[in-house]
Amino acid sequence: MNKTLIANPWLNEVVEQLDRLAVEFTHSHQQFHTFNIANNDWSRCAEALNSIETRFSGLWADQQDNAMLVTALFVFEKHYFVATTRLTQPPFELLSLSSVYPAANRMERHMKDLLGVKPLDSPDIRRWTRHQAWKNNEFPLTKEFPVKRESQRITEGDSKYHFFQTQGSGVSEIPVGPIHAGIIEPGHYRFQIMGETVLNLEQRLGYTHKGIEKLAVGKSPDQLLKLAARISGDSAVTHAWAAAMAIEQASSIIIPNRASYLRAVLSERERIANHIGDIGGICNDVGFAFANSQCARLRELWQRTNLSLFGHRLLMDTLCIGGVTVDINEEQLAILYEELSAIDKDFSKLIDIIQDYPSLDDRLATTGYLPESTAKALGCLGYVGRASGQDTEVRRDAPYPPYDKYQVQQVLRNEGDVLCRLQIRVDEIRASFKLLSALLHGLAQGEIKTSTVNIKPASENIGIVSGWRGETLAFIRLDEFGNIARYFPRDASWLNWQALEALIDNNIVADFPVCNKSVNGSYSGVDL
Amino acid sequence: MFKVLKKIISVGSVTEDIPEDETFAELGKQVKTKLKKSFSGSIAIRAVDSGSCNGCELEIHALNNAFYDAERYGIHFVASPRHADILLVTGPVSKHMEEALRRVYQATPEPKWVIAMGECAINGGIFGENYATVGSVEKVIPVDLVIPGCPPTPTKLLQGILTLLNQHNKK
Repeated sequence: MNKTLIANPWLNEVVEQLDRLAVEFTHSHQQFHTFNIANNDWSRCAEALNSIETRFSGLWADQQDNAMLVTALFVFEKHYFVATTRLTQPPFELLSLSSVYPAANRMERHMKDLLGVKPLDSPDIRRWTRHQAWKNNEFPLTKEFPVKRESQRITEGDSKYHFFQTQGSGVSEIPVGPIHAGIIEPGHYRFQIMGETVLNLEQRLGYTHKGIEKLAVGKSPDQLLKLAARISGDSAVTHAWAAAMAIEQASSIIIPNRASYLRAVLSERERIANHIGDIGGICNDVGFAFANSQCARLRELWQRTNLSLFGHRLLMDTLCIGGVTVDINEEQLAILYEELSAIDKDFSKLIDIIQDYPSLDDRLATTGYLPESTAKALGCLGYVGRASGQDTEVRRDAPYPPYDKYQVQQVLRNEGDVLCRLQIRVDEIRASFKLLSALLHGLAQGEIKTSTVNIKPASENIGIVSGWRGETLAFIRLDEFGNIARYFPRDASWLNWQALEALIDNNIVADFPVCNKSVNGSYSGVDL
Repeated sequence: MFKVLKKIISVGSVTEDIPEDETFAELGKQVKTKLKKSFSGSIAIRAVDSGSCNGCELEIHALNNAFYDAERYGIHFVASPRHADILLVTGPVSKHMEEALRRVYQATPEPKWVIAMGECAINGGIFGENYATVGSVEKVIPVDLVIPGCPPTPTKLLQGILTLLNQHNKK
């Protein structure tokens, strides 16, 4: 190994741990510090990193020539770094990370289903994203696999998946979904219950798999942003920004100051809209319709401004490579100020009422409790993590323009119940109001898009942004023509969905909707 | 409790006639009359996400907020297809949802109509037809009306629903 590495104390510690477990690696430093790990040491590397409480953030594979490059992103003391290993020939097999990092499990299964990289010694190697649309020896993301297949075969339902079973007298099972109650994305839930109490919940997703990663291949960077905005319709700005950031940093494109501010304005607007909507939704799920009507009213007003000023109620297609596609004039700026101060007041009054409602506390406190240790093991992000003592915030810990000029204050709690997750969202909204006001003040005159967009072919990078659900990644590799060769968007829901399975234990079935809403993972965002 | 009442009174009613189109309120009235005459006063919709990005669902939710309040025309969203007159289908129909969509159609009692909502449901949208998507609702179940948009705004959605009702009588 390279002993000359290290001037950084944090990096030093990482290397020390890798050495301690005799992990064979080489180190390089591009956009991120990168450790190339020997195949056989892959899971030992995870053990070494876990021993110093390194957080696992994402995992994906990339087919390059005939090899598979498997990459994991980790965070140690707020520093992001990358571990990779290259599998040079089939069969593509690799020791699993999931027994060390349970959060990696679904991503490993996704990787196996789409690229055929098989995790060995994993506690769970059932298929995940694959249902019946392709066979177990076919891998859609490999080059040989066509984007569109001519077969007119009707895809059957997925009845052969092996769910965990619970047995015993008095235990029964409730299968729910994929089409389940209300106006909601499809997913399957399997409850094992004893009377009213949930003994075990298993989630089965993948129903909305649309081939996003495959479709991305060959697209131009700007086309990709359109696709990114539709990974999860509630996170249009978040995913577009992550993708844009990856490409821009790989190509050393500096976006104008005004553009970065406008992106942040859009992103904060997205955050506020979703949090307000969800606060209403949580209250609605325990029968407090008043809060839902009021929150929906605020959200609607907010979205109408989105439409009139930025051209889209959900802010889709407002970003482009090198900047943004929308600008505001002085008059519109005044509208934004006015709206912000009005909603701030309105929201405060509403929250006073919501927090002054003992019967609401009664339903939400202690419901859906997620212990700190579980949240940590699962690597929970955003409000789910922050309500259970996991303090992650990209805008503060790895700030990107314009957040590097501001102190993003986030509250950390550890009650871990639905009430706490609701409170965290209230806190986040308040922080966003302040931030939005500062961003509008700081909005400098100038271009909204850089005039020099020179895409660097055959480059790659990872974009890391803060979405309303939490840390969101986009890995992008460009081909020799500057088009997309590989795109993996990692929504925060990848790490938060598993928390839902854990926090529902010992709650009653009837509280599932409110527990689900308090997490509000994206189905489409993880099914891809 | 007083705070709640005070808030309700101070906000008042925000439900509005549908903007942008003057004739729309008139159409709403007509359809309400029609619903009363031909549909026993109400119509039930089951929203089915067949692989959408969730954008359409957010706008369906918005249709039920106090501004649009589709309920006032007698339009209800129901939890089961067995209670539904209309299936409001979004998404490009992922192959993993193909069978579920077919079954939900079978579970809906006659007479029934299907609305394909949003670009994806109409022609696959940005996802098109690929190894994982069928590419339009029409390829799986019969469609009676399409509502374009990405996603369609609540106004467009309401207009679409009303247009469909105006074209048909429930027998």
